[in-house]
Formats: sequence, C-alpha cells, structure tokens
Amino acid sequence: MITRAHRAQTIGPLIARIAAAAAGGYGIAALLSVAVLALPISKAQAVLTGQLASFAVCAAVVIWVFAARSALRAWIGLAVVAAVLAPLAWFAS
Amino acid sequence: MSDLHTWTGLLLGWVLYAMFLTGTVSFFKEELSQWMRPELPRVTQALDPAVVAERVADEIGRIAPNATQWSIKLPEGRSNSVYAFWRLPIAQDPRGFGEGHFDAVTGRQVEARGTLGGDFFYRFHFQFYYMSPFWGRLLAGLAAMFMLIAIVAGVITHKKIFTDFFTFRWSKGQRSWLDAHNALSVFGLPFHVMITYTGLVTLMALYVPWGERAAIKTPAERQQLMAELSAFIQPGKPAAEAAPLGSIETMVRQAQVRWGTPDVGRVNAANPGNAAARIAVTRGDAGRVSMSPDYLEFDGVTGKLLTVHDHVGAAAETRGVLYALHIGRFSDLETRWLYFIVSFMGTAMVGTGLVMWTVKRRQKLPDPERPYFGFRLVERLNIASIAGLSIAMTAFLWANRLLPTAMAERAFWEIHVFFIVWGLTLLHALLRPARAAWVEQLWTAAALLALIPVLNAMTTLRPLWHSFAVGDWVFVGTDLMCWTLALLHAVLAIRTARHGARVRPPRGSATRHALPTMSSEAAT
Repeated sequence: MITRAHRAQTIGPLIARIAAAAAGGYGIAALLSVAVLALPISKAQAVLTGQLASFAVCAAVVIWVFAARSALRAWIGLAVVAAVLAPLAWFAS
Repeated sequence: MSDLHTWTGLLLGWVLYAMFLTGTVSFFKEELSQWMRPELPRVTQALDPAVVAERVADEIGRIAPNATQWSIKLPEGRSNSVYAFWRLPIAQDPRGFGEGHFDAVTGRQVEARGTLGGDFFYRFHFQFYYMSPFWGRLLAGLAAMFMLIAIVAGVITHKKIFTDFFTFRWSKGQRSWLDAHNALSVFGLPFHVMITYTGLVTLMALYVPWGERAAIKTPAERQQLMAELSAFIQPGKPAAEAAPLGSIETMVRQAQVRWGTPDVGRVNAANPGNAAARIAVTRGDAGRVSMSPDYLEFDGVTGKLLTVHDHVGAAAETRGVLYALHIGRFSDLETRWLYFIVSFMGTAMVGTGLVMWTVKRRQKLPDPERPYFGFRLVERLNIASIAGLSIAMTAFLWANRLLPTAMAERAFWEIHVFFIVWGLTLLHALLRPARAAWVEQLWTAAALLALIPVLNAMTTLRPLWHSFAVGDWVFVGTDLMCWTLALLHAVLAIRTARHGARVRPPRGSATRHALPTMSSEAAT
C-alpha cells in the first residue's frame, strides 16, 4: 500500500506537468498569436509576428513548466499568463 | 530538465532521425534528381533564362491551352530540366492540376523514367508518405517542436558544455557515446537551433492558424496577406475575349535589366491566353537570403510593366529570411556542402542520442540477458530506423536503376520498394539478436552503397570513368559519395562487431555494456 501511495504521489504531479506542458505550451502560444493583433501594426504583419513568435513561446512554456518547483506552481503560472493574454486576444479579434 | 531532454528526444526520435537524414540529402535534391534520370543529358552550356522561359511557356500553351495559371521554375545551373505546373478548370480535369519536366534546349516535355527523384526525400522530410500531407505535416511539426524543446533542455542540462566539447574519450563505452553526442550537438548548435526553428516557420500558417482566422476575414485582407508571402498572383476575373500572350522573353529581359542580374527564379502566369492575362517574373534565390516575394508584374498581352513588388513588411521579411535559411537555396556550392555536413552531424546527433538511451540503461538492467519490453523496443527501433533507413534509402536508388522503365506507376514503385525494404529491416531487427542485427544491417548498407557505382556503370551509359573523362561532376559526386558512405558504414560495422566480441567484463563492472563505440551513426 505504501508503495502504491508513493507511486501515486510521484506519478500524479508528473502527469499534471505533462498536461500543463502540452496544453499550456500550445495554448499560450496560440493565445499569444491572437493577442499580438492588438499591436499597432497592420493585420497581416501582426498575424505573421504571432506565428513567428509562437514556437519560441511554446518552447519557453514547456521548459518553464518542467523547471517550476511544483506542478501546482506551473499551473498557476500558466493561468496568470493566460489571464493577461486572454483579454488582449478577445479585444483584438 | 535532464528527463525532459531524454524523453522529448526519444519519443519522436525515430521520426526526427528520418526527417534529419532525408532533409540533409535534400540539400542536393536537384543533383540527385539528375542522377535518377540518367537518360537526360547534362546541361553543358549556360542557359539564357529568358529564352528558356519563352520556350516552355509556348509548350505549356500547346499542351494545356485551358490552364488558368501556370508556373515555370527556371533552372539555376543545378538542374538539367525545367519543372512547371499548371492549374486547369475542374470541369476539364478532376485533379485540376498538371505538371511536367521540360527540356531547356528544345522546350519539349522530357521523356525519362518515371521517378520522383530527389523530390521524394524532400517531400518525405516534411510530410512523410502513405498519409495525407495534412497529417504528415502536423506530425513533422510536432516532431520539430519536440526537437526544439530537446535542444533547449539539452543545453540547460549540459552545464559544462564548452569544456566538454574539447573532451573526447574514445572507446570508453557510455562516456564516448556521451562525448560524441555532445560534440556533435555543440559544434552544430547554432545550426541545429536555426534549422529546427526555421523548419517550424516554413509551415507556421498550418500550425498556428488562429491569428489569421481571427484577423483575416475579407477576400481583400486575404489577398493582402498572400501578397506578403508569395509571388503567385491571384487570377482576377478573366475578360470576355481571348488574347495571345506577349513575348515572355522580353518581359524576363526587362526584369534582368532592372535587377542587374541574369538570375531569374520563376515565371508565373495568371489567365494566360486571355485579355486579362498577368505575368510575374520573380527574382532568383541566388544572391539574396530571402523567400519573400520580389517580382515584377506585367500585363501578359502587351508586356507592359504594371507593378514592382520588391519589399514586404518587417514580419513578412523576417519570415522570408528564416524560410530561405531553412531550405538553403541561396547557397553556392561551398555553402551547400557546409549545410550538408553540419546537417549530417545533426542527424548523427539524433542517432547517437537514440543509441545512448539504450547504452545508459543497459548497465542497470536487472537481467542483461532478458531486458524489459521498453528496452527491447527502443533497441530494435533504433536498429531499423538508423541502419535500416540507410538500407532503405539505398534500395530506393537501386530500384531507380533496376525497375523496368516501361513499368506502370513506376515512380510509385520506387517508393514502395523503399518502404518494403525498410519494413524488412524492422522485421530483421526484431528477429535477430541486437548486436548481430546492427552488424548485419550496417554491412548490408555498406555493400549496397559500395555497389551503386557498379550498378550505375552496368545500367546506364554514364559509368564513373566516363563521368570523370567528360567532367560530369553530378555523376562523379554521386558515385564517390556512395563509396564514402559505404566506407562509413563498414567502419561502423567493424567497430560494432569488434566491440561486441571483446567486451565481456565481470558482472557489476561499470564498463559492462556491450554496445559499440562509434562516433557517429548515420548515412544515406
């Protein structure tokens, strides 16, 4: 029983991090690619800027998720970034 | 972070290895295509792009008079034929599309064996085969994203990156694998980061369409965005009356004078044969590291210059430069070889990484005679995707020489042979003991590669001595490259076999893993 509980304790956060990396990595990148439309440049340039930056953002989010001290912190961080980008994306689109 | 590096590297590592190797070869795709159509004579005199464009445009007008659009890719000295494609009204052709290779001198469609040539590896590199290009490209993008993360995580993991770069412990088992992996990764690090990121950029509109979906709503906006990305002019509404095209030759000459260079990339037409025809003459890839549209737009009937498109916005230009860096078409021969060599090292980086996964774990196996399932799976997949891919790619070249030229669907059978052989190598890897499978497959690859020049001498009129005598460097280069790669595989095979026979240290010793010590693990 102890080993099973121990396994659950290590596997749970790991799965939480993998989910954060996959959903957060792409989600934040996608959100940013829409939020850049708020920039004061032409629509075409803004679209391309968002696309160009998205891969760096995605990689950075994944690295950050695995570098964070705990899975919970990783999710909180993602939520904060999403909360900043979401209104921008909403108003820009 | 170390685990992140290990697992992002491993999970799609086999896909990445195949993408890296076929991509590496694609830097010479024009040359490979020449080699795979040996009945087409090489081009010995310099071609005038203006004359070639006129000839091929006339020929397309004959064979596809109803085309609504066509595009001619002019040869830039690396190709002995001219590739063109055209769109047809769906009512006339269910595919809505036609294409062909044309003789630069006569303008006629060339008659050569059916083959995709170097384009097969090129397309496989980003969209694979036997699956829709859409899903293939998504898989390629996912693999590239994993690669990008693995590279960043690898750099973070590896703190003593530059000290270790100057360290190489040869024949020391796991240490040597690690050193090889580090050296290959660090030496080419800027290239590996660049090629991975720019690879994602080439298909970014597919991977991150959300900004475009949110912002681009009207056809006018769409056209504005397209104009930032490509030189394909959208065909406007055709006029009621027909009208023959004006002189393409004159239009191309006008572009050459304006640019001060004879180098022309493409000639594109919209509504040819109609009074509303437009011709775009685009600038060549040499001399500028950018894929951004740079072209002159002419009235297709009168030949009057309508618009000069020579700049795009900052973001679009960034994309154009990154795109050009990925495909390297701007490069001269020396740069192209540099691309090839560093990219080859990137392939070896992925290969050594994959092998290291098993080398590291082999020592810790509870029972080395009976490894657990995951270990065996990785071990076998490594064999088939590294040594097996060399065999399959070489088999593709063999099929090109051996399949009857009159065979139906010949081009596709060359590709089927590639996959059948690749499948057989996997079967072999599953059935044989791991080390024996490595050695046997490496030797097979070495033998097949070494015999390519012989095969070529027997099946074509362009054997190596003849190619040397007439200065046919594409054929000389291909033959010599096959021998170089054969040698590489032979060396790897010998080291693998020798290492396996020698190492039988006592249980518990730190050097007890039995995999070979080789510095690189890749080839065509």
